[in-house]
Amino acid sequence: MSDAKKFMFVNRKAPYGTIYALESLEVVLITAAFDQDVSLAFLDDGVYQLKKGQQTKGIETKNFSPAYRALEDYDIEKLYVEKEAMEARGLTEEDFLVPVTLLSRAEMGKLMDEQDVVLSF
Amino acid sequence: MSTIEVGGKSYETDEEGYLTNLADWNTEVANYIAQTENVTMTEQHWEVVNFLREYFEEYQIAPAVRVLTKAIGKKLGAEKGNSEYLYGLFPYGPGKQACKIAGLPKPTGCV
Amino acid sequence: MLHIINKSPLTSVSLDSCLNTATGGDILLIEDAVYAATRGNAGEAKLRNAMGRFKVHVLMPDLEARGLGDRLMEGVSPVDYGGFVDLTSSNKTCQSWL
Repeated sequence: MSDAKKFMFVNRKAPYGTIYALESLEVVLITAAFDQDVSLAFLDDGVYQLKKGQQTKGIETKNFSPAYRALEDYDIEKLYVEKEAMEARGLTEEDFLVPVTLLSRAEMGKLMDEQDVVLSF
Repeated sequence: MSTIEVGGKSYETDEEGYLTNLADWNTEVANYIAQTENVTMTEQHWEVVNFLREYFEEYQIAPAVRVLTKAIGKKLGAEKGNSEYLYGLFPYGPGKQACKIAGLPKPTGCV
Repeated sequence: MLHIINKSPLTSVSLDSCLNTATGGDILLIEDAVYAATRGNAGEAKLRNAMGRFKVHVLMPDLEARGLGDRLMEGVSPVDYGGFVDLTSSNKTCQSWL
């Protein structure tokens, strides 16, 4: 792992309304094969991606939210949520499908600076 | 788009032979697809296929081979959670072949 | 008149533009705009204030897809696809705030 690069996926979009969330998740799963140091960051509306209880039958769209729970199997364990974004949306940590680390905007910005590669969704 | 004929019924598949509709799957279809892959289904094969279907049910993704191997090891023991064992059952790749037989989409990232 | 919004209230100004411009009528929140109708979101008060002028509706399949079917703000009326059609036919004109 010594030559592993630090990859950050920055997720800022709500699921289903646009394709960004699903595309990001697919790229994350593919990238996992390359044994890099991967972090997922959820900012702004991106925090909605992790909301528990998604039921997509009514909109006839695939519910891809269970796949976030498989990330652990892919050795992706660094999930960061922007605290301000979570609070602005009336959400709490208990609303998320998976355990996350809450970061303030300032901390998130710092973590972004430490990356070798940043992928934006 | 193609179709396969099994037991007088036709099922839609993609051009590589993966079932289009997850719900179309049954053991008869699985046996048919296995035949086209030159795989003779044994209890050990079914164990992996059923595991994949359960994994998909739970997470809505077909796991990558590395993930499958690890997860099988956790569930069925280390003697089965290794690539020798899994490639022994599915010579052209447990991801590709076992997922096809299980009626799942091709694993993400599998080319 | 029916006003349809499909953008998230915290990412786009669509809902704000609608509330600032339109004089009244029906508002229907669909797709990512359904987040505007959830309890505790930062724009809750703004939408609540508009409820005097507007009757606010939300498309439930979109809210349920996003895991927030149980967080519907009081005073917002839930509709299904049939209700969506009724709203478009009972209003003479419709503006989509894309």
